[in-house]
Amino acid sequence: MDTTVKNNQALLEVKNLQKFFPIRKGFFRRVVGQIRAVDDVSFYINEGETLGLVGESGCGKTTTARCILRALKPTGGQIFFRAQAGQIVDVAMLSRDEMRPLRREMQMIFQDPFASLNPRMNLFDIVGEPLLVNGVKSRQERTERVAELLRLVGLPPEYMQRFPHAFSGGQRQRIVIARALALHPRLVVADEPVSALDVSVQAQALNLLLELQQELHLTYLFVAHDLSVVKHITDRVAVMYVGKLVETAPTEELFYQPRHPYTAALMSAVPVADPRVRSQMIPLQGDVPSPANPPSGCYFHPRCSYAIDICQTKAPTLKGLSPNHFVSCHQAELELAGIGQADSNQRN
Amino acid sequence: MDTQTTPLLSVRNLKTYFYLDEGTVKAVDGVSFDVYSGQVLGIVGESGCGKSVTIKSVLRIVEKPGRIVDGAMLFRPQKKNGRGGSGESDDFIDLVKLNAHGKQLRSIRGAEIALIPQEPMAAFSPVYTVGNQIIEAILLHQDVNKQEARQMAIERLHEVGIPSPERRINAYSWELSGGLRQRAMIAMALSCNPRLLIADEPTTAIDVTTQAQVLNLLRSLQQQHGTSIIFITHDLGVIAQMAAYVIVMYLGSVMETGPVDDIFHNPQHPYTKALLKSIPSVQSQSRTFLPTIEGSIPHPFNRPSGCSFHPRCLEFMPNVCNRRTPSLQPVNDRQSASCFLYHDAAEED
Repeated sequence: MDTTVKNNQALLEVKNLQKFFPIRKGFFRRVVGQIRAVDDVSFYINEGETLGLVGESGCGKTTTARCILRALKPTGGQIFFRAQAGQIVDVAMLSRDEMRPLRREMQMIFQDPFASLNPRMNLFDIVGEPLLVNGVKSRQERTERVAELLRLVGLPPEYMQRFPHAFSGGQRQRIVIARALALHPRLVVADEPVSALDVSVQAQALNLLLELQQELHLTYLFVAHDLSVVKHITDRVAVMYVGKLVETAPTEELFYQPRHPYTAALMSAVPVADPRVRSQMIPLQGDVPSPANPPSGCYFHPRCSYAIDICQTKAPTLKGLSPNHFVSCHQAELELAGIGQADSNQRN
Repeated sequence: MDTQTTPLLSVRNLKTYFYLDEGTVKAVDGVSFDVYSGQVLGIVGESGCGKSVTIKSVLRIVEKPGRIVDGAMLFRPQKKNGRGGSGESDDFIDLVKLNAHGKQLRSIRGAEIALIPQEPMAAFSPVYTVGNQIIEAILLHQDVNKQEARQMAIERLHEVGIPSPERRINAYSWELSGGLRQRAMIAMALSCNPRLLIADEPTTAIDVTTQAQVLNLLRSLQQQHGTSIIFITHDLGVIAQMAAYVIVMYLGSVMETGPVDDIFHNPQHPYTKALLKSIPSVQSQSRTFLPTIEGSIPHPFNRPSGCSFHPRCLEFMPNVCNRRTPSLQPVNDRQSASCFLYHDAAEED
């Protein structure tokens, strides 16, 4: 896959995206503070590429995904999307009506296939609904398309009249994927698409996503917390911490040569499925701070073992180490150990 | 300490069935294993494999329509010689035979066998403080007064690495973060010095960095106290890092058992082999197709005949695997597997 430098091929470019949620208190629901769920996040995704968005719960990765799809209205920043026609649109500030024609180009795969399928609709209605909404009125035409979609995701079209309860978790996720693909989207935002699935079924779903990407030339924004899955499926990865982007790099580079201490800690915390490799588990002290009341300077400094004075006062900005490796750290020149190097872990 | 010869808990041919209107679900169907003192035993399996029902059976907290229909669970309790006595009695108690609500079982549950549940948010009551609940457990099982119990609770909270435990003891569970809540849960489980700790997916609800903290904590506490742990998870990475001995379960039966190194580097059962290949590893090649296990886990009502894995098995032998149910047999001097590849079907009854 193409992991080259940022170019005009970018299908999506997010610039300084912000999403604050007000904290209201008292009788008049006065705004007393802001939860800075997403704060100044910038990244891009090239066409046909998979970008992984990782971080721990509450870091703002899902909020970012939702802003891109305009399920939420961003507080600030720009989201440039290159529409089918070729023009570049700033999705961030579009109105509901202006957004509608773009919706068919960006679709979402949800986390929990047990919650995202209406139990009272059969497969034809579920997968066919986006078609109906977007003007495919003929039932014949819809039936054909739904059958095609079901075949595409590996389900027999005869199942069309069945209801979600008749399907296992893995099959349901296939239905969710079929629905997302109904309108030939170009960008698919997958929010933890395999985390609700069993281990033996996860591999099937991941293979399907890879297969569909090659076949339909899809672009994925893959939101996940499972780093093994992210390592497996993505071309590039962006790491978030308390609403900020801390590092973004090509997958292999990020996993083997992380430059942000948080990324390194995250990598080291992954339990390796091999008893002969003892995970190093760089212990992080304390807990993830609240985005309503983040620490001063670099948000990671209270937990960072490399923190120096400047980290407490000045928030670092994202700087490029190479054309496609960006890190937000005052000490980005440090060489940190990546994944699977637990045995020969040396710190410079 | 004690030798590896006599197990602390020996589960033999345990069968726990659920009698529902639609039919009988054989959630646990003939499971046997031993837990030795100071050992971490990992039970790994996907949803519906019966790992949670197994440990619920051990604790005798299987919910109604479920019932233990057969088997024995022999537990070697502590000698009752007052507080601090750590002598072991030689008599086994069969947990299956005890009254689930009886005095004897209640004196074991919580005191000698403790549970770390999966969801600490759901396990703690939100209307009592964390300290309140830990103190209650201590008062129930130990001969101390309230003041001493409170002091012990604070010590426990300190031991599991909760900062300023004197203050946190008065906190409610919803005031604590996920990691602290799980630590408090561990403190509660350890409050009575159990000999066997059952950890039921203790880290699935929390993030990786917190998971690393909790796993490190469990490991060091285990080494300090020599507690035996039954560690249940579906995460093969966690099992590889935590367990010494592994049991692989599928649809209520044990598929394979063995030391952790052999299970991961020399798996015998086709299910274990396929499962290990199908997990994306951080060390594997990116963006390649993973070998998968075909199909999905069957619904418990229509369990396949014969070996329950045969419809998904790559090494399926027609007329053997679909007709007869294999039993767990030694494959080599360390591992056992229930598969006809390793023992003759004719030997089975």
